Amino acid sequence: MSEVKQANPIRVLVAKPGLDGHDRGAKIVARALRDAGMEVIYTGLRQTAEQIANAAIQEDVDVIACSILSGAHNTLLPKIYKLLCEEDAQEDILFIAGGVIPDEDIPGLKEQGVAEIFTPGTPTTSIIEYIQDAVKREGKL
Amino acid sequence: MSDSKETLGAQTQPHYLDESLAEYQAQVDKVNARFPERKQEFTTGSGDSIQRLYTPKDLEAQPNAFDYEQDLGFPGQYPFTRGVQPTMYRGRLWTMRMYAGFGTAEESNARYKYLVSQGSSGLSVAFDLPTQIGYDSDHDLAEGEVGKVGVAIDSLADMEVLFDGIPLDQVSTSMTINAPASVLLAMYIAVGEKQGVPASKLRGTIQNDILKEYIARGTYIFPTAPSMRLITDIFEYCASDVPLWNTISISGYHIREAGSTAAQELGFTIANGVAYVEAALKAGLDIDLFAPRLSFFFNAHNDFLEEIAKFRAARRIWARLMKERFGAKNPKSWALKFHTQTGGSTLTAQQPDNNIVRVAIQTLAAVLGGTQSLHTNSKDEALALPTESAVQVALRTQQIVAHESGVANTVDPLAGSYYIEAKTSELEEAALAYIKRIDDLGGSPKAIDAGYIQDEIMDAAYDHQKLVESQERIVVGMNKYIVEEPPPSGLLKVDLSVGERQKEKIAAIKASRNQEQVTDCLTAIRQACEGEENVMPLILEAVKAYATLGEICGVMREVFGEYQQSVSL
Amino acid sequence: MKTAQSLGLALDQGQRRAVARLITWAERNDPRAYQVLSERYANTGRAFVLGVSGPPGSGKSTLTDAFIRRLRAQGQRVGVIAVDPTSPFTGGAVLGDRVRMNEHATDREVFIRSMGTRGHLGGLSKATSAAILALDLYGCDTIIVETVGVGQSEVDVMRVCDCTLMVMVPGLGDEIQAIKAGVMEVGDVFVVNKSDLAGARRTARELRAMLDLNHGEWRPPVEQIIATQAEGLDAAWTAIETFISFNAEGNRAYQRRFESVKHELLGLMQSAILEKASQSQAHVLKIDELCAQITRRELDPYSALNQVLAILFSATR
Repeated sequence: MSEVKQANPIRVLVAKPGLDGHDRGAKIVARALRDAGMEVIYTGLRQTAEQIANAAIQEDVDVIACSILSGAHNTLLPKIYKLLCEEDAQEDILFIAGGVIPDEDIPGLKEQGVAEIFTPGTPTTSIIEYIQDAVKREGKL
Repeated sequence: MSDSKETLGAQTQPHYLDESLAEYQAQVDKVNARFPERKQEFTTGSGDSIQRLYTPKDLEAQPNAFDYEQDLGFPGQYPFTRGVQPTMYRGRLWTMRMYAGFGTAEESNARYKYLVSQGSSGLSVAFDLPTQIGYDSDHDLAEGEVGKVGVAIDSLADMEVLFDGIPLDQVSTSMTINAPASVLLAMYIAVGEKQGVPASKLRGTIQNDILKEYIARGTYIFPTAPSMRLITDIFEYCASDVPLWNTISISGYHIREAGSTAAQELGFTIANGVAYVEAALKAGLDIDLFAPRLSFFFNAHNDFLEEIAKFRAARRIWARLMKERFGAKNPKSWALKFHTQTGGSTLTAQQPDNNIVRVAIQTLAAVLGGTQSLHTNSKDEALALPTESAVQVALRTQQIVAHESGVANTVDPLAGSYYIEAKTSELEEAALAYIKRIDDLGGSPKAIDAGYIQDEIMDAAYDHQKLVESQERIVVGMNKYIVEEPPPSGLLKVDLSVGERQKEKIAAIKASRNQEQVTDCLTAIRQACEGEENVMPLILEAVKAYATLGEICGVMREVFGEYQQSVSL
Repeated sequence: MKTAQSLGLALDQGQRRAVARLITWAERNDPRAYQVLSERYANTGRAFVLGVSGPPGSGKSTLTDAFIRRLRAQGQRVGVIAVDPTSPFTGGAVLGDRVRMNEHATDREVFIRSMGTRGHLGGLSKATSAAILALDLYGCDTIIVETVGVGQSEVDVMRVCDCTLMVMVPGLGDEIQAIKAGVMEVGDVFVVNKSDLAGARRTARELRAMLDLNHGEWRPPVEQIIATQAEGLDAAWTAIETFISFNAEGNRAYQRRFESVKHELLGLMQSAILEKASQSQAHVLKIDELCAQITRRELDPYSALNQVLAILFSATR
């Protein structure tokens, strides 16, 4: 059984909601997660909340990681969470975000379903550890 | 046999420095034995190996031994390594051009007036993302984005407000607009007309560099081929009607921000430049008519000396390409003029005051590299759009360098430095290798479609990230010298109601304009897009009739389709 | 949806989260997946399964995207399984095929699932077959299976399909020679994508020449297309339809599915035996000990095999 478990990678949807085209952060995180043995589903730029929620559900991911730098986070992130709730998927999916998000916006976003927010300068190792711990804690795998 | 060959190889002329160099080496070994150097290998900010010491010998390395006249020449002369004007900053300082824009046209207009009153010598307009991607503020995809990273412009009415009270014959305006550049340029021309300023007197720049959008910045709309056609339409139109306008700003800035090395920034940007030149030639334009209006845009990153060498190399590469490869005759076609912005990705959210120092160093590099204009980032830009006071410090940084540091008093003061000249040549060589590779792939657009350029940048970005995380590269305040600090306060917030206000404005415009005229204009644009007629004059007519940006781009989307991203990870 | 029963119920109600979870279970080789599928196997086999394969960068996803558009215009429900390689070093993968299909990302009638090849022996085709069944039960009329056409596991996946489209690009040259052995034989229809590039005609010609040499009753057609500009797609689709009608003659379709089922069952046996063998190799089979004996010439491999088989099959009853 333990062998089977090892072959089950954590599945993460790395998404860029909104119109901003700066995907360096998203791509670095995607690579780092891959190198940490995860299966990363990358959706590319300009994703609507609907596209992200749909992809997360079809792909049955354990984690959604959104990167957003345009300042539209207060609009787009809660919307994604709301869509997950509509399909009862919020319990199964860990929803995290990163990017240029002011500290003062973080409590509000957490209230609206974002489990954790990683601001500029966060090492990828912290994100990896956070995901691994959270997924383990939830007993997802 | 092999003996004689080796003897031959060893028989290169002994150098007059050999003896003293050997002595120096012995001294180094002795010191190293007791006090080893801090690292095994020293590298530049781009990861290139750097020697302990550079001497005249490094400039004499065959086969490309340094030759003053061929490799440097004099300022204002081919190959322009030392600068594009004979007197450089002794004549006129660089243009201090602060990129700004947020919220509505009214708010941005106020910021521009403030900047001009503070000594800013050129305007630089930041547009919000919906504008950059050709959507009106009332489009679904614009939700939450209106006025966020720049000003929202939906129709000529917004543009009139944006430049209200700013005489367009007295400022030069740079607009960071790419995919819908023709529409925004048309609006600017129309505002000029209303102010009584003819298009022939307008000065400024549109970024208009779609290739780097595919590579690094992401605000593309149309596929490669129609995008290139729109760009050559602009070249052609401006050559006759807006002769003082810089029709493109070929940008390495965003390529560097995406994580490239200095050599990649040079190589990929200039390869894009080559693609635009080739497209214009293919469209039948005369190189010496459009090439003088091409300009570049580079990043000023942290590695001070490497960056200076980069700017100098850029001028030399471009001059040689234009003259030798494209046969341009006009010296203005050879001279690479460029705008610089300090490196946004070098700023840290931690201890933001440190960013002021980074920006100052980068400013010095840009000036010592001979930039024509400069935007200095504000200390709080890793956190949000800059506040007015942060912008003031950033502008003051340029003014201190200009008036107090003394570096602007002589032209290209670092020329002749063994290291600077060796590094300039090394970067030139590395950039040319990238350009060669891209030529082999069929040119920049093909290399982008194949994901080659994006892959190379991503590899460099990921390497950098790993070095930072392992603390092999120190970022002060972020991975070393960390302190506990309170969350930053006093950041600029963009009013959420901007979107609503813009929607109301669009509705009002649509209710008051001559709808029939708009429909005719849009039909004319559609036909031009389907055929080969230059689309610029028709766009100008459409914006004057208050057709919106979204309507015009919408028609073009229908004809051209949309670009599909090539994903590289 | 924790048990096979509750998931099965949700699946029968047409909930897409149930389909998604069922595929996850199949990928993890979770017995619950097979329980759900065995109970419903009789209801499967309705969807048309189209394989799309070809080397990396040949434009498979763009082509798949174009096919989805076409099928949606006909009112079909479409399933897509996009397989990308897993890194053998880290076990991780970046699955980026959805990027090309974003247009359909919110279409409830399109279900797209990305899969990594992961490491397991024979497991990929097992998981893919299960995913096909899941999408079939979800009511997809057409299921497109997209794989990188290299390696045996992908070839195995292609065998499951009712029609396999091989996507080639100009300038492969030697690579065509190299891949022909395994891959050429599973292609029913060939397209040369990016036909605006130099050498497209030559590639098509070479392919035709190669196919002329060695084919059965069906000589796979070769079409030149430009997927990004939707050029040649009609011809490509017609070629697929021609193959379908050819296949519908006599009992060819039955024969093809029979072969595929046989292949699948043999594959399942193989992986089950291997799994069993690897699970019990240390304590029951004592493989290392046998190898030591063989190395010392105290035993020969053939007799060792007989010993192993005897133990394995007696253990299975």
